Amino acid sequence: MIRVEGVCKSFGDKQVLNDIGAVFEAGMVNFIIGRSGSGKSVLTKCIVGLLEADSGSVTYDGEEFTAMSTKEREVVRRQIGMLFQGGALFDSMTVLENVEFPLRMFGEMDAEERRERAMACLKRVELEGAEHRFPAEVSGGMQKRVALARAIVGRPKYLFCDEPNSGLDPQTAIVIDNLIRDLTQEYGTTTVVISHDMNSVIEIGDNIHFIHEGRVAWNGDRKGILDSQVKELDTFVYASDLMRDIRTKLQGR
Amino acid sequence: MGLLFHIGRYFSFMASALRRPQKGRVFFQATLVELEAIGVQSVGIVALLSLFMGAVIAIQTAHQVSGWIPAYTIGFTVRQTMILEFAPTIIPVILSGKVGSNIASQIGTMQVTEQIDALEVMGVRSVAHLVLPKLLAALLIFPFLVVIAMVLGIGAGAWVCNAADLSSFADYKYGIQIDFRSFDVVYALIKTCVFALIITSVSAYQGYHTAGGAREVGRSSTKAVVYSVVIVMVANLVITQLLLT
Repeated sequence: MIRVEGVCKSFGDKQVLNDIGAVFEAGMVNFIIGRSGSGKSVLTKCIVGLLEADSGSVTYDGEEFTAMSTKEREVVRRQIGMLFQGGALFDSMTVLENVEFPLRMFGEMDAEERRERAMACLKRVELEGAEHRFPAEVSGGMQKRVALARAIVGRPKYLFCDEPNSGLDPQTAIVIDNLIRDLTQEYGTTTVVISHDMNSVIEIGDNIHFIHEGRVAWNGDRKGILDSQVKELDTFVYASDLMRDIRTKLQGR
Repeated sequence: MGLLFHIGRYFSFMASALRRPQKGRVFFQATLVELEAIGVQSVGIVALLSLFMGAVIAIQTAHQVSGWIPAYTIGFTVRQTMILEFAPTIIPVILSGKVGSNIASQIGTMQVTEQIDALEVMGVRSVAHLVLPKLLAALLIFPFLVVIAMVLGIGAGAWVCNAADLSSFADYKYGIQIDFRSFDVVYALIKTCVFALIITSVSAYQGYHTAGGAREVGRSSTKAVVYSVVIVMVANLVITQLLLT
């Protein structure tokens, strides 16, 4: 479980996060949603320590991450898998080497075991056959899937996915959503997904945090999101004609 | 204030870069890759420039001294120029353009595409992981490149003297042997190691602190070369003053 309390973050005069509080439960797919520029990515970077919050605390299973030394943070980070929005694959390595990398750095496995584990992860993201290609030789969507394979290869306790479905076709997006849900349930991972994609939120979101103007404006599950009374969330969820049609149909029942 | 900020941040960066590698095997393999990238891939340009410079210095010296100074002066001048200045200073300056810009753009691209964030989130000490193999490889390979430059430059001088009939081989040979001080080579290698450290670390620093996109990567690459060359020149003056006077 990850607990965020009173986190504030400013860049110059602009306050991006304003007293954020949230709990991301283990074994659940936790979503952070909100409009572009609402502070979702900044919050995630504060949680994993890529940015230092101006104030507030982040605890991983009761251990206060924000108070830890660099060495102690390294230990926690070895239990984190993160899928970056742009993939962030190492372009000098092949797909297989990218996926193996966390195991090479911190694992105790021999080369054969590492390869087997990495290939199993590539199989889960439906990328068998691409292992000897370089990131520049595969599509953006494939890069995303390689990045997910790399994030899960070390069987992380905490999994962060920043826009996992952006740039993916709808079928692949469903595969990725299902994979994230299955991994969360299989390993009891604390999964945090940052997304705009309402399909994903409604499909796999167990615990959803809606961020608006640097604050958590709403928190609940996927059932509650469709009929929340928060105006900003309502506008966000029903931004498209399709979603408005669905609401009309639901209300007509 | 800006200069002080960068000096402070540079030394903090170097302190992070010189931390113990987290995985010896990965570090060793990365160092081998860098030896190839920094060293082996630079042999061609170093050899080409040294051959031409050695030959040109021989012709210029012959042109200046013909008739009124002993012919062995050509060999002496080529040797002194190659050992004291061309090989240990000009070759690293040229390498700062090739190696330095490569390091800055590589690390800068990793920064703007979140590859460095990915390393950090995994628990990898990104500065040490990326920079230490480059520093070590440069420290190991630059002296070899400089010695190659010295040998080829002096050899090219001998060849051109013979081919253009500027002096006899015996005179040239006498010139490169006369008043030879082995400390000159030691001085050259000390300079080379310092310059290797400057070029690699300044370029890595510039690359690591890139923020933005492709344009900023290009700027970092340019800054890496310019600052490396300026600092190399200042260090050259200081080292020469300390070791040769």
